[in-house]
Amino acid sequence: MVKVVKTRVEFEGRFRDEYTVVEGEPLEGWSPKSGLKIVGRPHPRVDGAAKVTGSAKYTHDVYLPGMVYGKFLRSPYAHAKITHIDASEAEGLPGVLGVYTYKNAATLGFGGAEKVFKQEVTYQGDVVALVLAQDESVAEDALELIRVEYEPLRPLVDPEEIMGLDSSKDRIVGPKLYERGDLEKGFAEADVIVEESFKTQAALHNCMETHGSVAHWEGDNLVVHTSTQSVFNVRSALSEELGIPQSKIRVVSEFMGGGFGSKFGAGEYTVVAAAAARLLGRPVRIVLDRVEENLATGNRSQTVQWVKIGAKRDGRITAIHLKGLVNVGEDGWVADLGGPAKMMYHCPNVKVELYGVKTNLVSSTAFRAPGYVEGDFALESAVDELARRLNMDPLELRLLNYATRDPVTNSEYSSKALREAYLKGAELIGWRSEPRVVRDGAKIRAKGVAGAIWWGGGGPPAYAEVKVNADGGVTVLTATQDIGTGTRTALAQIAAEELGLPFSSVRVVLGDTITELRSPGSGGSQTLASMGPAVRAAAHDAKNQLLEIASQVYDVAKERLTIREGSIFRSDGSVLCSVGELLGNLGDFSVTGRGAREPNQEGYMVNTFAAQFAEVEVDTETGTLRVLRLVSVHDSGMVVNPLTFTSQVEGGVIMGMGYALWEGRLVDGESGVVINPNLNDYLVARCSDVGEITPTYVEPEDPHTNSLGVKGIGEPPIIGVAPAIANALREAIGVRLRELPFTPERVYSAIKGINPRPTTAKYL
Amino acid sequence: MTALIYPADAKVRLELTVNGERRVGEAEPRMLLVHFIREVLGLTGTHVGCDTSNCGACTVVLNGRAVKSCTVFAVQANGGSLLTVEGLARKGRLHPIQEGFWEKHGLQCGYCTPGMMMAAYDLLQKSPNPTEEEIRRGISGNLCRCTGYVKIVEAIEYAAQKLRSDPSWRSGGD
Repeated sequence: MVKVVKTRVEFEGRFRDEYTVVEGEPLEGWSPKSGLKIVGRPHPRVDGAAKVTGSAKYTHDVYLPGMVYGKFLRSPYAHAKITHIDASEAEGLPGVLGVYTYKNAATLGFGGAEKVFKQEVTYQGDVVALVLAQDESVAEDALELIRVEYEPLRPLVDPEEIMGLDSSKDRIVGPKLYERGDLEKGFAEADVIVEESFKTQAALHNCMETHGSVAHWEGDNLVVHTSTQSVFNVRSALSEELGIPQSKIRVVSEFMGGGFGSKFGAGEYTVVAAAAARLLGRPVRIVLDRVEENLATGNRSQTVQWVKIGAKRDGRITAIHLKGLVNVGEDGWVADLGGPAKMMYHCPNVKVELYGVKTNLVSSTAFRAPGYVEGDFALESAVDELARRLNMDPLELRLLNYATRDPVTNSEYSSKALREAYLKGAELIGWRSEPRVVRDGAKIRAKGVAGAIWWGGGGPPAYAEVKVNADGGVTVLTATQDIGTGTRTALAQIAAEELGLPFSSVRVVLGDTITELRSPGSGGSQTLASMGPAVRAAAHDAKNQLLEIASQVYDVAKERLTIREGSIFRSDGSVLCSVGELLGNLGDFSVTGRGAREPNQEGYMVNTFAAQFAEVEVDTETGTLRVLRLVSVHDSGMVVNPLTFTSQVEGGVIMGMGYALWEGRLVDGESGVVINPNLNDYLVARCSDVGEITPTYVEPEDPHTNSLGVKGIGEPPIIGVAPAIANALREAIGVRLRELPFTPERVYSAIKGINPRPTTAKYL
Repeated sequence: MTALIYPADAKVRLELTVNGERRVGEAEPRMLLVHFIREVLGLTGTHVGCDTSNCGACTVVLNGRAVKSCTVFAVQANGGSLLTVEGLARKGRLHPIQEGFWEKHGLQCGYCTPGMMMAAYDLLQKSPNPTEEEIRRGISGNLCRCTGYVKIVEAIEYAAQKLRSDPSWRSGGD
């Protein structure tokens, strides 16, 4: 029976209502105690062979016959008006098939052309022109032949500067307000108040595969290969921009080289490629280069934050006030820096005020736990200062103010084992058993802690099909994406477990809208918690059908049959037949099971948690900071695959280390030009930069989240890394650093009590 | 600025050994080796990540040495011997480095993996029994944004051990 259910669904802390169509009865929940045989085991990746042989085809690897290359000319200015543009020489170059600027962009034939090609460019990297050519080098030659004259306009890139300008009020978005309790009363009750201000930098995603798409038409049907976290988002954007029905568009993302939040939309490159392909009647490929990637695809927002925390002498927090500025670039979104301040601690009086500030930089976008990474750095640094003022162990202070219910809604958590995570982490790092600070000549080693909270409960709509083929092989059909996290592998484990068929017999098809199986975007740490239960439900349906068929063919009651390791067993333990035999004898019939993600249970708050401990070593003579160890303990519900799980944690931790120590977009404050939009000058962690990472988990049973008892793990590992390092650094050198990243120059200057030399370059 | 434009007939005919086979192809003198590998030879396992020799996704083994193929012109490889990820496996058997990256989970999105494995190939040729520090230094020219490197190091340790115990992988191949 088909049933329509309305349910609340969360994405990165934002809630919406969704309808979902469910069939069948709810399944009994899995837990770490369910005695599962395939789920919970460290299975190597099902797509490992494709990836180690070079046969995995990424969007970048799609070369089609007759393919045309598209290249953008981008603005070198952060703000300018084009006073003259002449593309005639470029158009005349042999091999060039078209040049488009704001003057003729409408002829490309898509809705938002005038928004992509503008006469006034508003950030460095904004689109000025497009060249279509027979090969990439001709396209690049043609870009150089386009004559453009600009009238530079004054760029505004620094939010603090803009807040002080009367003339720029229209650049301020908000405030976005949150309030509970009575803040003034809370501070009046406090015996101790700390007030701190912090700055965090814009970070660039730098997925190894840059954004790109290859579009071609088969008659009036459009096929787009694109590196995306959401094939359905891309399809709906293309439908709208090109004015064609979604059913005539197929979006494919079979393998993709990382997203981290930056690949949720279609992007102008996709829409332009599709429109140009229609116009030329040839496939069109537009793949961004690294510099374009870093100038024009978004970033984690730069922030300025003021935090005030009041507490009783015994350590109970009475009030938290956070005020923040978020640099949203041209037209980005105000990420919720206030998440940790609102959610981490049991505190009755909290106020958060956030202001978005529009600047002449590219629009900011989601980046792995957007807002929470920035906000947790400020909150958890301030909480550490509070512990110092109270002369308390920072871990004890955190445990004292531990929230046992969600402080925002007063709902119960579906599960929360952060306390256990703190205790496990403390044990692993030697928090109590070893000295917190060790001096060794000019080097000082010290430890710090931070907690983290995030979302990742997932929800509908998410649909899957599981086919059991005539030879006993299994095909899991979904349209979710595997952005590198191991989705294929986890879904194969879930299907094999539920079906009772071998893991090796399962193949997972994903990243293709042609399945029409609506799936969520791969982000918000929700892919597993959304898709996993849908796949399990589909496998359950398929299993039921297999047992029904076996029951009728062999005339045995269905209730007396089970499937294990590819065979159907009678209740006395004897083998009835193999699944392959059963279906093969039915004229190669294949069974199709259908499954939907069940609705979320009402009344529970689903959050993920982490306790993160850093041990750092500071060279006081050079200011160099090295993270010797990072212990990251997670509550993400049941773990489906310890290999993919720990790999996610290691990857998140190292990205957090990069954010704490090296990464940051440097912008010239006067011209608004980005100084380091490449991998030479923008420093991401290399293998030799990193110390020991200890990824582990506590595994609470969670009967309230979904039929698997799982929560997400993609984002939590990055959140508390920077504050754990900041707190360790404070412990080591006795000075609090309040601005990320902690470059050697900043650390050295803090140790010596001097101001770093001023330049016009700013972390914006 | 005047663009340097080569007429189409400036293409140079190249002949080289690729993964043990003689291959011929044409390239403009300015064409980078990585583009020749991907677009002319059709071997798309070698990836482009940055164009500026920082990320190592394009690493291949040329004349026995790992090179970032975005910093070499195709014409410089003329007459040479090239090994790409597609040539690592032999007679349907995965190379121990490939086995290690799969078995030890030395990859996530997989985009950097071919370059990472070719760097590891070079490292293990020079240093068959590397310490963890040598491995970390050996692949520090290759960026991975997903894994945190921990399992990549384990993958290379696995491969080193396997290669030492199985001499059939020691000779030839490129």
